[in-house]
Amino acid sequence: MQISLTKHHGINVAIVAIAVWFIWFASGYFDEYTVRILNNIAIFIILAASYNLINGVTGQFSLEPNGFVAIGAYVTALLLITPDAKMYQYAIVDPYPFILTLHSNFIVALLLGGFFSAFLAFCLSMPVFRVRGDYLAIVTLGFGFIIKILAINTPEVTNGSLGLNDIPEFSNLYWTGGIAIVTVIVILNIVNSKFGRAMKAVRDDEDAAIAMGVNTFKAKTMAFCTSAFFEGIGGGLLAALLTSISPDLFDFFFTFQLLIIIVLGGLGSTTGAIIGTILVIGGSEWMRFLDEPMHLFGYTTTAMPGMRMVVFSLLLIFIMLFAREGIMGKREFKELFKSRTKGDK
Amino acid sequence: MILKIDNVTKNFGGVTAINETAFGVAPREIFGLIGPNGAGKTTMFNIITGNYEPTLGEVFFKNESLKGLKPHQIVRKGIARTFQNIRLFSSMSVLDNVLIGFDFQARYSFAESILRFPRFIGEEKRIKARSMEILDYFDIAQFSKDKAVDLSYGQQRKVEIARALATNPDLLLLDEPAAGMNPSETEELGEIIKKARHDFDLTVLLIEHDMKFVNQMCDKVLVLDYGKTIFEGKPSDAIKDKEVITAYLGDFNHD
Repeated sequence: MQISLTKHHGINVAIVAIAVWFIWFASGYFDEYTVRILNNIAIFIILAASYNLINGVTGQFSLEPNGFVAIGAYVTALLLITPDAKMYQYAIVDPYPFILTLHSNFIVALLLGGFFSAFLAFCLSMPVFRVRGDYLAIVTLGFGFIIKILAINTPEVTNGSLGLNDIPEFSNLYWTGGIAIVTVIVILNIVNSKFGRAMKAVRDDEDAAIAMGVNTFKAKTMAFCTSAFFEGIGGGLLAALLTSISPDLFDFFFTFQLLIIIVLGGLGSTTGAIIGTILVIGGSEWMRFLDEPMHLFGYTTTAMPGMRMVVFSLLLIFIMLFAREGIMGKREFKELFKSRTKGDK
Repeated sequence: MILKIDNVTKNFGGVTAINETAFGVAPREIFGLIGPNGAGKTTMFNIITGNYEPTLGEVFFKNESLKGLKPHQIVRKGIARTFQNIRLFSSMSVLDNVLIGFDFQARYSFAESILRFPRFIGEEKRIKARSMEILDYFDIAQFSKDKAVDLSYGQQRKVEIARALATNPDLLLLDEPAAGMNPSETEELGEIIKKARHDFDLTVLLIEHDMKFVNQMCDKVLVLDYGKTIFEGKPSDAIKDKEVITAYLGDFNHD
């Protein structure tokens, strides 16, 4: 085994070390509100990086995150809530008996949420990837709605529109940040392997990829299932952070927000997905004042909830008009340095 | 015969694109498939590569029927192709374009790539070295880190052939390789293809309109017209053949 510690390895190790130090520092010294936002950012980095794998890297326009995040969240929640807490919160109908007996520790619950999502993604990919075109977007959009409707209409499992409450608050910055780091490393390792190359080849020119002996069906399925796996885990972390979940949380708006993130950051760039997350999630906290009553030139406006969303929609339109590549384009962090030295050659 | 087309017919609805065509290509031969526009040449390519299923007949490669195989499986059997209009992977570097050709030859699993196992590192090193060798052979190794689409047209054509050779083919299908090239580029390309035939132990089947190029390159040609074979033999004889001239220029003695 020969591993040469090149400059790239050095930079990568340094970035991870800084991230780990930041997590440690933030959980010790930042106030609760800031830590909460950082938790959100970490979870959305997991979601955006994995969403980018199917949408940006493989170029298959998909609208799936809300469905898989919901599945991950519900599976994790059902495994984490203690039987006692379950007993009293099913108000509409009595739960199925097996629901009460489900219980596991946090890691197993997260992994099961991820695997369950990935399994459903595999079932979806069977019919969808046999044809080309925008069918994936239509199917995944419908899938999200079906999951939401199922969550509302199977109160024996999900407690219907009341949702699940009293989920133990396992998520903290070590969990969310740690899993975010692992997710980004795993996804970058996939992208920088023959599997990632095959995915990019599918995005650039599917016919040419086939002519190179690439099994494009397999490449797309791999990207989609990996995406779904991490979205399931992200959903589990979200459930354990919010401590209560309901079907309303996982509507199309959730996917839309992630779409803004990856388009802003640059479709196809994992670095872009991280930057996009920080800007959009951080920015939407900062823009909270827009939703509240404002004092402008002596007038006081009424509270306008949803005003932030208008700003984000406008932002998306402007990106599409003037900066279609997003912040990073398809480049990654280290390529920024490369392009600068290109002129010297 | 490395490739045998056995009475292949292809219908699109009511249109017969290829009509009971049969020919064979011998190992290490450069075989030209020529004919006027709409003669069915590209359809024949698409049948060999598995993109179209023949209505009747079968294709044999190394005495093995290709019936029912998917296009990517046929590539893995040893048939590589280039496209009429160059189709490189636009977001990728020249090296990555060639590395795609090794996709099915790199032996490591999904888990091994995530965990960066020694086998992953070794295999990546191996296929990168092989890719650089191929690029070096085509004299474009110095562009390996540049974006493939930033290269000149002639160099892009070389990248496309290099990429096809990365799949380690026994049979190379070239769809109008000289199209859009100036005479000196065409000549250089011809030399490279001839040289590569020996060095990579290749059989070449090419479609081409440039008769000078065909004459200079091919050991044997097959002329198609309206899906039917009208001539098979030496290229120098083809240009003298009455039926071939009629197909290209029209029948002057008709009325």
